[in-house]
Amino acid sequence: MTNRHEMPTEFRRRLAAAVTIVLVVFGLTTVRLWRLQISEGDRYRSLSEHNRIRLKRVRATRGVILDRDGEVLVDNRPSFDLVLVPEDAKDVPRTIEALTRLLGPEAGDLSAAVADARNRPPFEEIVLLRDLDWERTVKIETHQFELPGVSVQVGPRRTYPFGEMAAHLLGYVGQVNQRELESRSGYRPGDLIGKTGAERQWEDYLRGIDGGQQVEVDALGRKLRVLSEVPETSGHNLVLTLDRDLQIVAEEALAGREGSVVAMDPRTGEILAMASRPAFDPNVFARGIRHDEWRALSEDQRHPLRSRAIQGTYPPGSTFKIVMAAAALEEGVITPFTRIGCGGGLRFGKRTFHCWRRGGHGSVDLHDALVHSCDVFFYQVGQRLGIDTISEYAKRFGLGVPTNVGIQHESGGTVPSRDWKEQRFGEPWYPGETLSVAIGQGYMTSTPLQMANLTAAIANGGTLFRPRMVKRAEATDGTVAFSDESVVVGDLGFKKSTILQIRDALFGVVNARRGTGARAKIDEIDVGGKTGTSQVRRLSKKRVKPENIPRRYRDHAWFVAFAPVGAPEVVVAVLVEHAGEGGGKVAAPIARTVLAKYFGIEDEDAAMDRVASFRHDHDHATVRPTTRLPF
Amino acid sequence: MRQFDRRLAYHFDWLLLGLTLVVTASGVATIYSATTGSADGRLLANPLVVRQMAYAAAGLVGLLAVVLFDYRHLERHAYVVYALVVLLLVLVPLIGTMGGGARRWLNLGVVSLQPSELAKVGVVIALARYFHHSPATGDCSLRDALPAFVLLGIPGGLILIQPDLGTVGLIALVCFSVLFFAGLRLRAFAILGAIGGAAIPILWSYLRPYQQQRVMTFLSPERDPLGAGYHVIQSKIAIGSGEFWGKGFLDGTQNKLHFLPEQHTDFIFSVFAEEWGFVGAMVLLAAYAMMIIRGFQVAGRAKDRFGAILAFGVTAIVFWQVIINIGMTAGVLPVVGLPLPFFSYGGSSLTATMIGMGLIINVNMRRFLF
Repeated sequence: MTNRHEMPTEFRRRLAAAVTIVLVVFGLTTVRLWRLQISEGDRYRSLSEHNRIRLKRVRATRGVILDRDGEVLVDNRPSFDLVLVPEDAKDVPRTIEALTRLLGPEAGDLSAAVADARNRPPFEEIVLLRDLDWERTVKIETHQFELPGVSVQVGPRRTYPFGEMAAHLLGYVGQVNQRELESRSGYRPGDLIGKTGAERQWEDYLRGIDGGQQVEVDALGRKLRVLSEVPETSGHNLVLTLDRDLQIVAEEALAGREGSVVAMDPRTGEILAMASRPAFDPNVFARGIRHDEWRALSEDQRHPLRSRAIQGTYPPGSTFKIVMAAAALEEGVITPFTRIGCGGGLRFGKRTFHCWRRGGHGSVDLHDALVHSCDVFFYQVGQRLGIDTISEYAKRFGLGVPTNVGIQHESGGTVPSRDWKEQRFGEPWYPGETLSVAIGQGYMTSTPLQMANLTAAIANGGTLFRPRMVKRAEATDGTVAFSDESVVVGDLGFKKSTILQIRDALFGVVNARRGTGARAKIDEIDVGGKTGTSQVRRLSKKRVKPENIPRRYRDHAWFVAFAPVGAPEVVVAVLVEHAGEGGGKVAAPIARTVLAKYFGIEDEDAAMDRVASFRHDHDHATVRPTTRLPF
Repeated sequence: MRQFDRRLAYHFDWLLLGLTLVVTASGVATIYSATTGSADGRLLANPLVVRQMAYAAAGLVGLLAVVLFDYRHLERHAYVVYALVVLLLVLVPLIGTMGGGARRWLNLGVVSLQPSELAKVGVVIALARYFHHSPATGDCSLRDALPAFVLLGIPGGLILIQPDLGTVGLIALVCFSVLFFAGLRLRAFAILGAIGGAAIPILWSYLRPYQQQRVMTFLSPERDPLGAGYHVIQSKIAIGSGEFWGKGFLDGTQNKLHFLPEQHTDFIFSVFAEEWGFVGAMVLLAAYAMMIIRGFQVAGRAKDRFGAILAFGVTAIVFWQVIINIGMTAGVLPVVGLPLPFFSYGGSSLTATMIGMGLIINVNMRRFLF
């Protein structure tokens, strides 16, 4: 191709074809522009005038939360919201003024919402008021024509039909705040977001995907027609492991007290009930809590916002003797037949560590020591084990770390050891402190959930599960998006005989003559358990009546239970703060109520029955020939 | 170059340069209108306008620099240029910066470089070089064209993972245009069409429904009425409401209300057509048409195959981008995110296309030498 005349004809032909293609395509483009700008120009000009084609968001319906049997625990209901589109209102301050006149001063400062939204495009809706009552809705509707740009729209509103029930576990939703807007994608001002509990933890499943509509509006902003739309995708429904009826019974049993009840299935780690009292009403948060309400809740001395089941850490008291017994048998510092004399106290250095029973228990073996909760026996065992071994076993039972149940701000409690004390206080461990820990006092603390999980591990033969509260998340069409499986976090690794001997003794606690947990006894079901009374403050030698101790210094009452002892299917942990009396007296009856409900016993008038069973305890304990189960 | 041939100055294509500058200047004015809230803002107070003017100046320097040397030197180093572009594309996933859900930019401190824009011209240079030496002249079999597909595939794959399907599609279109011009047998096009037509449904059937959905939205985002579909409607309203004479410079209303998130880049044409009307749009289209026809003319009378294919390929880049961009804003083609050449805001695109123009001018200038 040294000469342009040598250019092959095919080459020329193709260039000509390319030029033709270009001219045709430009011609077509011209035709297209003619159609848009000339033929339909009028229409597009009028559409452009009031920004007549708008995008309206259709909020996704948040998934509901159900209990294990499909009972609705958290629901949505329609709410009438007062909405303003500044673009259509023309004169926004005047419209706000007119609205304030119409609704009265109790509607609050409507201009605040407008001020908050000043950086958003003027055709976007601003929600001025949520959840209008019927009267106001009618008022707005009848004055529609004097209020351009103002409308009442129906939106979903989160509702918690059972109020305070399981409030800490379910959590609540609230308006997304600035920090959440910055850290999470896909949220816009005014959106709702799960703030605590399951609502927060399962936000991504519950939330759903917003849809939207392209709508054409008239010059007043009224919807003329929907041009096109994407339906919203509802959030997933969350099916919990919780049993609503058991939860209600547990909360009622705690009525008037400060404390917590946790019920679990030891075979799976599923939480059946998790009560914390006092509680709060999540509906108050869902509608937008007022400042004074918030202050009242957060400054309440009874701490209704605290989820005691997972955030409250208490010395486990004598319930910790379960861990001590296991450690002692596994480490071989005692045998089941080792007997230790209890004279009501143990002299240690210059101090005497008392048994709760000042008269002493006499000569006791492990079984008796658990049944009667003899402190001296476990002082001795503790001395033989040493603090670090005790600490190791406590950790094996899951103490000292959060259980990862899946709720924010879960506490792990404290398992003291030499290293821990060195790090925490820069002080060496004093041998006397080992004795306190041996009976679940001192630095040792745990949450009710941890104690339930610990009991579950003994009940199921040695498997430590991660407690969980969600069964599955399913789409509205029933397809399962997430299904939680049992997660084994540890194996106690104990000899079978160790577990059986402890279970046997725990059966005795409830069923033996003068067992400390006799008030948890149920005739139809073999219940095992352990009482605990944890001191808030070391008492003087002198006995003081509980009524005479300031409330905040009164003892906490514990009871952990499982049933049926032969093949446990439920465990219950009860904690009552500042009960002032022992676990056997205060906590055991609560556990009994929950267990009875679980097994469908004494449906009616639980209180009456409780009194009756009280009598039974005494009758039967003497009749029963043996307190030991034939394992 | 030691002795600047006076014939060179004589054959300098002032028309192409003039068209380029006029379109670029109109682009700057429209960017100003699209990004300034009210009409009283000063021109130089708008950072986007200042930046675009700086890019235009850089592009002009690049254009003139490219004109100065004989393009046949480029032929010798064509694969080196190509390799450099590929290297830049390789760096993108490694050290690139994110924007709009994709990793497309290399941060150079003051400015960001978008290597995929350079790849458009880079692939054309490599293709021109390949077909310059290809024995098949005007009768190119599929086998002869195989290396061309490799030259397309390497940068194509790298851009696909950014992801930027629109640019990959454009480079493929340009590649096929060059193949057409270079003389790939029409039968070969038929075979390629048949293979593509057969492969796509098979590949499609292997995708899960949600993946298909994702591909569909990606290929034609206007199916999503809340996202791109909404932008297209607003863009059509903007263009249509311009009617015959337009609303006047700075008097467009659609774009001022932030209906279009990409009003100064991909949807700049709708801003222009709203303010300048059908008349303005026709003038702009005419400018592009003249530029493109001129580019083909240069290709037709180039001294050698390298020059011819180079001029044709660069012209094809301009043509396809103009048509796809305007078609997209006018609601007849899918929203794929390609700029309007010389017009849309964007430094890499503007300078790369201007350098491309320099190559055409260069080829035209030297057609009488030797």
